Amino acid sequence: MKIYIPPQVTRLLLFLVLFIAIFTVIKRLLTPENFGELGHYRPGSLADNAAYEPNYAGDETCIMCHPDVFESKGMDLHGDISCETCHDAGFRHSESMDATDIHIPAGREFCGICHSQNAGRSANYVFQVDLKGHNTGKNCTDCHNPHQPWDLKE
Amino acid sequence: MEPHPEHLYAILSKVDGFIYPNDIDLHWGILIVMYPYITGLVAGAFILASLERVFKVNVLKPTYELALLTALSFLLVATLPLISHLSQPLRAYEIMITPNFTSAMAIFGFVYLWYLMAVLLLELWFDYRKYMVIWARESKGLKRLIYLIFSLGVNDLSPRALAWDKKLGYFITVVGIPSAFLLHGYVGFIFGSIKANPWWSTVLMPVIFLFSAMVSGIALVMIIYMVVSYIRKQPIDMKCLDTIARYLFFMLILDFSLESLDQIQRIYEAEESFEILHLLVNGKLTLTLFIFQGLLGTLIPLGALGVLQLYKPKEKIRKFIYLTCGMLVLFGIFFMRWNVVIGGQLFSKSLAGFTSFKLELIGSEGLLMSLVWLVLPLLILSVFLWLFPPWKLEADEM
Amino acid sequence: MGPKGIDNSRRKFIRNTALAAGGALTAFLTQPAKALVIAAGKPADPGTPWYGIGIDIDKCIGCGRCARACKIENDVPDEPFYFRSWVEQYTIKNDGEVVIEAPNGGVGGFTQSVPDEEIFKSFFVPKMCNQCYKSPCEQVCPVGATYLSPEGAVLVDKDHCIGCRYCIQACPYGCRYIHPEKKVVDKCNLCYHRITKGMQPACFEVCPTGARIFGDLNDREGELVAFIREHNCQVLKPHLNTGSKLFYNSLSSEVK
Repeated sequence: MKIYIPPQVTRLLLFLVLFIAIFTVIKRLLTPENFGELGHYRPGSLADNAAYEPNYAGDETCIMCHPDVFESKGMDLHGDISCETCHDAGFRHSESMDATDIHIPAGREFCGICHSQNAGRSANYVFQVDLKGHNTGKNCTDCHNPHQPWDLKE
Repeated sequence: MEPHPEHLYAILSKVDGFIYPNDIDLHWGILIVMYPYITGLVAGAFILASLERVFKVNVLKPTYELALLTALSFLLVATLPLISHLSQPLRAYEIMITPNFTSAMAIFGFVYLWYLMAVLLLELWFDYRKYMVIWARESKGLKRLIYLIFSLGVNDLSPRALAWDKKLGYFITVVGIPSAFLLHGYVGFIFGSIKANPWWSTVLMPVIFLFSAMVSGIALVMIIYMVVSYIRKQPIDMKCLDTIARYLFFMLILDFSLESLDQIQRIYEAEESFEILHLLVNGKLTLTLFIFQGLLGTLIPLGALGVLQLYKPKEKIRKFIYLTCGMLVLFGIFFMRWNVVIGGQLFSKSLAGFTSFKLELIGSEGLLMSLVWLVLPLLILSVFLWLFPPWKLEADEM
Repeated sequence: MGPKGIDNSRRKFIRNTALAAGGALTAFLTQPAKALVIAAGKPADPGTPWYGIGIDIDKCIGCGRCARACKIENDVPDEPFYFRSWVEQYTIKNDGEVVIEAPNGGVGGFTQSVPDEEIFKSFFVPKMCNQCYKSPCEQVCPVGATYLSPEGAVLVDKDHCIGCRYCIQACPYGCRYIHPEKKVVDKCNLCYHRITKGMQPACFEVCPTGARIFGDLNDREGELVAFIREHNCQVLKPHLNTGSKLFYNSLSSEVK
């Protein structure tokens, strides 16, 4: 008994098989290596994300060349604050040891970033100063040692 | 939107209230308004055509092949606004190679391919195969080559083979209807499933998208039928046109009801996001929502078509009303997409502020480029009508 | 039968059933050990850390050094539009109006904009990627370019991202943006290049008051778990069930 298969069906099935074959080959070629091993992502991306160099070096790096500053800082209220909080990223300076590679903050406005009066700040965590009233015209560092703020210079 | 800092500084000065800092830029611009609009036209035109085939609504026969060719022309262009909008368009293939199936967007590649190849192209092929074989014999040169290639070498014109053309065509149409729902429904789901955005997140979103798609598709077929008949200087089958207009009317009622239901529920429940959405609708979206989408795009066509169901004026007047209503509906449905896509990004996820949107004229995300995506399918359609004229079929099939 | 002939077997039955049901319910509710684990999500295999974040709103003074350090550490353009981490100030006025500000994301600090006499209360809220373990951003990425690392950090594969921006739409916290130079999605990645070298993320390093705590949710003796135990912690938008691993202390209801 010969079963009649319409010529359209055979031709279309042929094309379908061809299409699936080509698609599978292309997919194999273009899928990134090991994709899907750990989850639906390319595992190589974990290493990519980890590959950057840090810009903030951490206090352990600063202390290597500046133990005296570190010791003086530890004796006062700024003791728990990281060096790079005020001095910005220190990695480049720690490699080049060039003074121009590290930021040295200056001006009243800078100290005001933390210490200006603001209703959102709790006095429990930061000492606040009215910048418009307290010794206007002078730099904060004229009287306060930034590393030991209560060590007043007068 | 490509973040050009100067353009963003200008927007920053117009921020209203408090926005999350990263919410300043609208990420999905007019190209993403275009895509659902185009696939909506495709789905709507296809479903109208399917009505003729599956439910034997014979009065629609004059528009059957025209609707399918229109759907195909727009479908071929549909991916282009999407790919050109990506910030890494050369990697667009990844969506087929490493699709993440928890993402509705990943389904795009497969649904699109399925619908294009297994539904639209196949259905057109079954309808036209016989003619392509005949026309191949009758023509010369490029046309002959095209017919030969597209007939895929199946030259069997025996009654048995032709009967199978009809059977298989019917089967594909039946499969095609849920496929068309999926093609456009998933776009609604892409928006409706985003819990982070209260303007988008609603169960009704896929349904609203679908019904507005059908409205726009029916209006498009109606207009194209009128325009093509005018160009060919052929009389319009008024029974067909009246029926299409009636379908448009009923579909418009359904669409309007669904959208109103969504808004009424939102207003009634008035949950956390209500305050900002209320400000959005009555502020930034007043023109595009109430005037463009609501009044011009829905209420006026509803009124006009509704009157025509009760009272039938002269043919000329009816044609004029149908043409105008069709254009108004297409205009209104475009703005429905606009209000969803752009509206949903005008307010910040902080629910406490607004950013603003500036539509560029030129550039890849500009208005002119978007118009190209709308005009290109019409050019493709004219090529199809030249190669595969539907009226040559009708003479035989009727 | 009791002495007066009253049949109280029904009463006994009801009493016994109530006791049994109540006991079962109590036993069910009092399973404290599981609570922290359920709240923090499925911990990875015990050898791998499961990173989380704690932020103490009481301690934040709105200096913005964290937001600044983040930009410096991670090459984020200095413009006021792209932030991996930022700080917001909430000022609730006496008339009930809530003023929220984040000028340049808090980089450069804040100036008080509402006069003292009108203020009911005010506080600062640092924001960053919540490193959700049920993150909607991961769910919607069509190509698998954003994912949860084995240590619980949500990362972006910048060589795979196609820039469709679906994840940006899906993030309820506004943490993501398109990097203007790399042209792919960028976000806080917990300074993955630092934490894999045993360092803390930059923002935790520079916080002067210790308002930010970074740690391992698997480490029961660690600082983060102690923070969660000792404070009443909340996550942002809990109704969205994102599995956020960013726990705030003193999160007030006005916070968006």
